[in-house]
Amino acid sequence: MKCQKCDKQAVFHITELETGEVRELHLCEDHARAYLNQSEPVGDGDGPEEGKSSGGALVGPLGVGQTADELAVLDQKACGMCGITFFEFRNQGRLGCPHDYVHFEKELEPLIANIHGATTHTGRRPSRGQTVGEAALPEGTEELTAVIGMRSSMKEAISLEDYEKAKEDRDAIRAVEERWLGPPKAQ
Amino acid sequence: MKLETLSQAVGEWLRGTGPESDIVMSSRVRLARNVAHYPFVSRATEQDRADIERFLRERIATAPVGQGLEYIDVGHLEEVDRQLLVERQLISRELAEAQGARSVAIDGREQVSLMINEEDHLRIQCMHSGLDLKGVWEQIKVVDDQIEKVVPYAFHERFGYLTACPTNVGTGIRVSVMLHLPALVITRQIDKVFRSLHKISLAVRGLYGEGSQAMGDFYQISNQTTLGKTEEELVEQVGDVVPVLIDYERRAREFLVRETQQNVHDQVSRAYGILRTAQTISAEETMQLLSRVRMGVLLGLIGDVKISDINVLLVRTQPAHLQKIRGVELDTKDRNIERARYLRQHFEAGGPGARASAN
Repeated sequence: MKCQKCDKQAVFHITELETGEVRELHLCEDHARAYLNQSEPVGDGDGPEEGKSSGGALVGPLGVGQTADELAVLDQKACGMCGITFFEFRNQGRLGCPHDYVHFEKELEPLIANIHGATTHTGRRPSRGQTVGEAALPEGTEELTAVIGMRSSMKEAISLEDYEKAKEDRDAIRAVEERWLGPPKAQ
Repeated sequence: MKLETLSQAVGEWLRGTGPESDIVMSSRVRLARNVAHYPFVSRATEQDRADIERFLRERIATAPVGQGLEYIDVGHLEEVDRQLLVERQLISRELAEAQGARSVAIDGREQVSLMINEEDHLRIQCMHSGLDLKGVWEQIKVVDDQIEKVVPYAFHERFGYLTACPTNVGTGIRVSVMLHLPALVITRQIDKVFRSLHKISLAVRGLYGEGSQAMGDFYQISNQTTLGKTEEELVEQVGDVVPVLIDYERRAREFLVRETQQNVHDQVSRAYGILRTAQTISAEETMQLLSRVRMGVLLGLIGDVKISDINVLLVRTQPAHLQKIRGVELDTKDRNIERARYLRQHFEAGGPGARASAN
């Protein structure tokens, strides 16, 4: 794919979620750098006319209210559980773990609205049956998903030889898993 | 499960039975589900994927639905065997080509298949021959409920069932019907039909899944959105459009017979003639010709062929099936020769029931 501003190969593919709509930018390295540094609308010609070309119309509103710094910050925002950054999600189109829907809720909402024309699920809901211990479990599964972050924390502690911390993590994981999945099976 | 047995058996969507089966090949529903305590597949480590696979396999085994299932370790299959499962629509191309621990569980009738570690941790699929979306939905709902009792699916109060791709979030459901629409293709009305389907948020795909070109006038119609409507509403959204498409196709077929009887008769006869006499033939051409013959049979222009036989040939002439039936690996050139031989033997013997000998 060619850069929207010149004939070079587009290597930066930027998805904007700014105005409740998904807008895509395809830029070569030079123009991407210019775009991110100056935070100016990128037209597809050098002329000063505004909103004339489709490229200009496409990216025109993106500069408004979104500085390069804000973009960079958004891209660096990483999920505390699986570690995926928003930049990685935009590149792959796949999320990293269930917690991303909580962590990136604000960013995902316009995207979801655009895809589905709705943001609220009205279909079936889990009727937690035998997985539930004696305590009532919340409908959402955030608490169980937190285990993903605890596992990385445990791994890190082990690599730092902080076995005290690793043991704490392991016990915390077991407690949550037992609550949700029932007593651990003999392995 | 012996995959050799599979290649000889008749899969669910090939039976050619069920309501409206002259036009509707099959009805299918799939649900995308993820377990809450692991990263999604694309972010999962090798170890995670193995753990997810084992967790799901062990848990599902404790549910009633788990009793009648046969597991196939897709990661350790030969390429031809993975391809065979794709051709039978039991796994997706994505699962066949993925990396790491992954599997599929299939019931004996090939109606239910559970894919583990595809794009999502679990993809539940249920398929019936002919038009039976309600029946499929009732069946898959039971499977989903049983698994939900033993597996904590990732769920968000507002967004619903959480999926790796936001395009599937909410219900995680894809409802689809596979239709045979040769008369709409011949009368050049098919593009118009598709444009109007897109307007009401329905997607159209070719026979073999995502983004593939429609081969042999077989098309899959499915819902595009998964959030904001209930599963029943989405089943209805697809279901409602099917009678309309059936009506269009029937009218186009009547038009062809009424206005261009000689032409149509000539076309289907030639297609039949090539299938019975060709010495080398590609999978694409075979599918195209079988599609025409299928229409000819339904229009009463070809008398001695059964629809169920054509459905079977559609799959058995696919590359992996052909190689399994012949019991040897063949390159494209040899496959085309074998395919032509298989077709000739089939039509001489008068049906797939009369098994053509290998030599």
